[in-house]
Amino acid sequence: MSSIDRRTLLKLVGLIGATAAMPFSLARAADRPLVVGFIYVGARDDFGYNQAHAEAAAIIKTLPNVVVIEEENVPETVAVQKSMEAMIRQDGATLIFPTSFGYFDPHVIKMAERFPDVHFAHCGGLWTEGVHPTNAGSFFGYIDEGQYLNGVVAGFASKTKKLGFIAAKPVPQVLRNINAFTLGARSVDPEITTTVIFTGDWSLPIKEAEAANSLIDQSCDVLTCHVDGPKVIVETAEKRGAMTCGYHADQSALAPNGYLTGAEWNWETPYRAHVATSQAGQPMINFLRGGLKEGFVKTSPYGPLVSDEAKARADAVKAEMLAGGYAIFRGPLKDNQGNEVIAAGTALGQTDVVLESMDYLVEGVRGQI
Amino acid sequence: MKPRNAVYRAGGLLLPGLPTLLAALTTFVLFMLFLVVQGKPAWQACQLVVQGAFGSAFAWENTLQRAAPLMLAALCVALPARAGLIIIGGEGALVLGGLAAAVTPLWLPGLPVVPLLLCMALSAMVVGGFWIGLNGWMRQKRGLNETIGSLLLSYVAIAIFNQLVEGPLRDPASLNKPSTIPLDDSVMIGPISDAFQVHWGLVVGVIACLLAQVLVRNSVTGFSLQVVGGNVRTARMIGLPVDRLVILTCVLGGACAGLAGMFEVAAVQGSANAAIIAGYGASGILVAFAARQNPLAIIVCAILLGGIEASGSLLQRRLGLPNATTLILEGILFTSLLAWEALTPRIVAWRLRLNERAEQTQGALQHG
Repeated sequence: MSSIDRRTLLKLVGLIGATAAMPFSLARAADRPLVVGFIYVGARDDFGYNQAHAEAAAIIKTLPNVVVIEEENVPETVAVQKSMEAMIRQDGATLIFPTSFGYFDPHVIKMAERFPDVHFAHCGGLWTEGVHPTNAGSFFGYIDEGQYLNGVVAGFASKTKKLGFIAAKPVPQVLRNINAFTLGARSVDPEITTTVIFTGDWSLPIKEAEAANSLIDQSCDVLTCHVDGPKVIVETAEKRGAMTCGYHADQSALAPNGYLTGAEWNWETPYRAHVATSQAGQPMINFLRGGLKEGFVKTSPYGPLVSDEAKARADAVKAEMLAGGYAIFRGPLKDNQGNEVIAAGTALGQTDVVLESMDYLVEGVRGQI
Repeated sequence: MKPRNAVYRAGGLLLPGLPTLLAALTTFVLFMLFLVVQGKPAWQACQLVVQGAFGSAFAWENTLQRAAPLMLAALCVALPARAGLIIIGGEGALVLGGLAAAVTPLWLPGLPVVPLLLCMALSAMVVGGFWIGLNGWMRQKRGLNETIGSLLLSYVAIAIFNQLVEGPLRDPASLNKPSTIPLDDSVMIGPISDAFQVHWGLVVGVIACLLAQVLVRNSVTGFSLQVVGGNVRTARMIGLPVDRLVILTCVLGGACAGLAGMFEVAAVQGSANAAIIAGYGASGILVAFAARQNPLAIIVCAILLGGIEASGSLLQRRLGLPNATTLILEGILFTSLLAWEALTPRIVAWRLRLNERAEQTQGALQHG
């Protein structure tokens, strides 16, 4: 940070008078508020990925001695680098949450190297010891637990025994959700199948609507998804009288009738942890993970079409997950080509890194990678 | 009599800037109005726009960095426009150019950095040039509308890009963000200097605009292009190689877009992945039209757009305005620029009249 720059900025602050109390020195003092920056890749009110983050950011805003600054619709280009730099240099941010998966490499890494006194808490889970700067870190949640519970509820609700899943790209994170959803449903009735459609990108509302219509036309009566904004899918399903399980955030307002339950992020937990660390002046938490038990993910309240039997079963599984040690991926497990992917007697715990390079669809999924 | 003469001359020189000045004023008034209606602090917002774009050394870095890819992307529209073509598919050439640049090091292992970078740039330009050149060829030889053709081919290009990056060219280690094998750190193009954190794409963009200016204003080819763009029949009648000229502008335009893709890969992303499909092609169309297809004006308009984007970032953080505010400011600005351009014929007339007056007073002076 050059001195000229700092002087110009101080002038600027005096001029607008709004943020005069913000620190421009990176040195932390107890009475100075912690400036926390949030960067979203899409709109803050997308009923999906970005909204889940923005809702948690709104909670952080209410914490004492914390100033929150936000920026939405920031693409994964040099724009996000400049936005991070601007938060640091113009607003004095010392903790930044770049919330999109694609921000990490190379953008967060580059900025973390340039600003070693600032903490960069990235959402996605790519930080590797010895490779990445120690003032950067990543957190993520095991949301496949929520998708498994979605599957259980969908399994009870479906009459056609055909479920639909609209997915962005066949990458490990998405495949894990499709598989967990399918395993949850087949734990209720092994006859159930999930038809999957890949749209090809994270936010393609038109294709998502087409995919939803096409799945309903193929008599799938419960839909769920893994795209950035499930809004269009949930609305389309509601219009057509199909049921939905939500993803990312609570979409029940979009489908008061057909919304069964949903797998939601609860980013408040990791956010609070990072804010507390920064406020205490402690070193960065580089690797942070959790599921239902740790409060990183949560489920939407049950909708009107969920039967008592479904609630009882889902709640029982949820209780097991909350107790810890529940393994969704257990052998013997076959993929949908008939190959054994997990041997009998093997149970992969949620923290097992093998699950993070998943490259198959389990038996019962109609579709291919 | 002499001062009046100077006024006439100055007026004649300043008149061409009148539409731009009026556009800036209109934008200012409309944007203020837009904010006031919503009960937002309009004056403060306008100050932030200026400060965020040009108010400090960092603001300039921010602005210029965002402007860099737009210059090359805009040339992809402006060059074919000299020959009367409206090409809107620059995005396709950009992403394929980026992909070509990203895979070049795999085919040329062991090459020293500088020649390797040149080869990457060359392959990006060849691929980009081919892609847009294809549009020119289809228009001249197959009678296909180049606007629709380029738009559709751009979708094809993006589909090919995704297919290759998620398929045969994917780095198996890129799990949740499919990418090509990353470039070695030594190949990455750094910032111009540590004190000026903008990558070299800016310099190349400016040079490309200057070269384009020389081409269209000061060369025989440029003059021929003007004839082709003005009236194809005349051009054919006087024996100009119309097809060749049209395809040439397309190839050059596409090469610029391809080069933009190369910088996205080699100066920003480090590999080819979906992040380079960021809409630079579309922003390039905006810049080229606002610049009235003039290469020098492209530099200014790209910086203006970069500045608006940079200040949009500050507006969001300081006033909590949604990102759409930036889009509205951009929309108002460019619409007013184009709307006030309707004044051009009148300005030409006014200018002639002013020049006449100046000559008359001059004459009166000499006779007196």
